[in-house]
Amino acid sequence: MAKRVAIVGTGQTFHKSHRPDVNGQELINEAVQAALKDADIKISDIDAIIIGNMDHFEGINYVDCWSIDGSGGFMKPVIKITTGGTTGCSVAIGGYHLVASGLFDRVLIIGWEKNSESDTTGAITTAFDPIWDRLVFAGAISGLAAEAQAYMARYGATEKDGARVSVRDRKHALNNPHAQLRKEITIDEVLASPMLADPIHLLDVCPRTDGAAAVIMASEDSAEKITSSPDWIWATSNRHSYSYLGDADYGRLTSMREASQDLFKKGGIKEPRKEIDVIELYQPYSFGGIIWIEDMGIIGPGEGPRYIGEGNTDMGGELPINPSGGVISCNPIGATGLIRCCEAAMQVMGKADQHQVPDVNFAVSTGFGGCWWTDMILHGKKKPGK
Amino acid sequence: MGTKDNAVLDQGFDGIEPMVFESQISVPYSWWAGDTATYFLKGLRDEKKIRALKCTSCGKTYIPPRKTCPVCFVPNTEWKDLSGTGTVQSFTIARRQLAAISKKVPVIYALIKLDGADTAMLHYIEGISPEKMKIGMKVQAEFAEDRKGTIQDIAFFKPVKEV
Ligand SMILES: [Zn+2]
Repeated sequence: MAKRVAIVGTGQTFHKSHRPDVNGQELINEAVQAALKDADIKISDIDAIIIGNMDHFEGINYVDCWSIDGSGGFMKPVIKITTGGTTGCSVAIGGYHLVASGLFDRVLIIGWEKNSESDTTGAITTAFDPIWDRLVFAGAISGLAAEAQAYMARYGATEKDGARVSVRDRKHALNNPHAQLRKEITIDEVLASPMLADPIHLLDVCPRTDGAAAVIMASEDSAEKITSSPDWIWATSNRHSYSYLGDADYGRLTSMREASQDLFKKGGIKEPRKEIDVIELYQPYSFGGIIWIEDMGIIGPGEGPRYIGEGNTDMGGELPINPSGGVISCNPIGATGLIRCCEAAMQVMGKADQHQVPDVNFAVSTGFGGCWWTDMILHGKKKPGK
Repeated sequence: MGTKDNAVLDQGFDGIEPMVFESQISVPYSWWAGDTATYFLKGLRDEKKIRALKCTSCGKTYIPPRKTCPVCFVPNTEWKDLSGTGTVQSFTIARRQLAAISKKVPVIYALIKLDGADTAMLHYIEGISPEKMKIGMKVQAEFAEDRKGTIQDIAFFKPVKEV
């Protein structure tokens, strides 16, 4: 049988638009040192390392090797996992698999990005088919815009509904010292910001960020010796839904629907809205915050604008989403999914300081990729049953 | 969370202005389209025909044509000629000029489900002002004069009726 697995430490850099003062390994090292300190263990206690970032972003393709000065991977097993936007969540799922297998007891998981070093749109374009999609591709934001447009047409949502989500996340970021954008915005400011691709304004989307995150996972054999408040991994899931851009159902995230059903079934969650206490959603643009929690089964189709508008997902609400300020406040892409995982773990472990949600028993963290694929993790305070 | 340690690192460059290095790399690629896509692209170029492949097991008609049905895992063998008309499933108007956008903005991008197909195609819409775009509108393919065997041999889609 698989070993039960827990997160026993997390670490993040102070994410910024540019970190010219450090190279990639040095940036990674900041997050690794913070995670080791959080878990109060040494790099010599780590049995294996998983690292990931976006392909083509820094133009360094043997990151597993190149990063060892920062990662601590010297003479250890190191593997790289890279899955686009979901990378940060996929490295965590990979780490969970390694520890659950019983072959490794303590695994260090790293996600990082120096987004300031690349042509983001050029690099992202390499994710799309060169014969069919690339010649008519218009950048990542246009794909998201088409999703929002279809959702609005289907359910009568407005640009204001999207703006409300940005306002929430940017407000939450005020309480997170690690977030990049820590200035409150208003709905009017979102709507007055430049239109990038209808209906998406500049303030509806994430920034570009340099940053790194690290997570330490341990098996049930040592987790409780390392910390008295481990964050237990109850389940993970991921789903892919398309090869070509025209294959997706625009207006619904079917990969999220399928992954959520799988995740909650594995974790024994019957009523996610009641049982989940906090969500760290990989939400690179505002409308994703509406559409995807419907697909997650938190609320029904078309109910998102009202549910969010009434404050249910704000801090202090029924189900706070993105207490960290989320991706709209900070997006070092290869680290972003792992930051969601760190933040969910911090909530379960009671370590989120000013942005702590009280009494978290279950938390969900997610990853979103390219267009339309989903990774998910269910975190819990209680040790899962065998 | 190591907050204090990192705050020190965050304070600046200690009087050292970091140097920056520009990439000197250019990595050209070429991609084989394969016989399925090549048959489709030759149809566009030589006959102004849009062809899709149908799965004889589930009946789903794919565009771009799939050699194997991704769901049934059987070879798709039945080519269908499509009429070139279709319905807009969703769209956006790119307002910001990016290197990836070869036309001058604003550019209308749409997901178009061609009549007789079950999957959509990403392409441009022209011949309509952006403000008049609507999901559900009927559009038809306009072929380029000068066709080279790429997806851009369809120059754009335009509304079926004058709007
Ligand atoms: Zn089939």
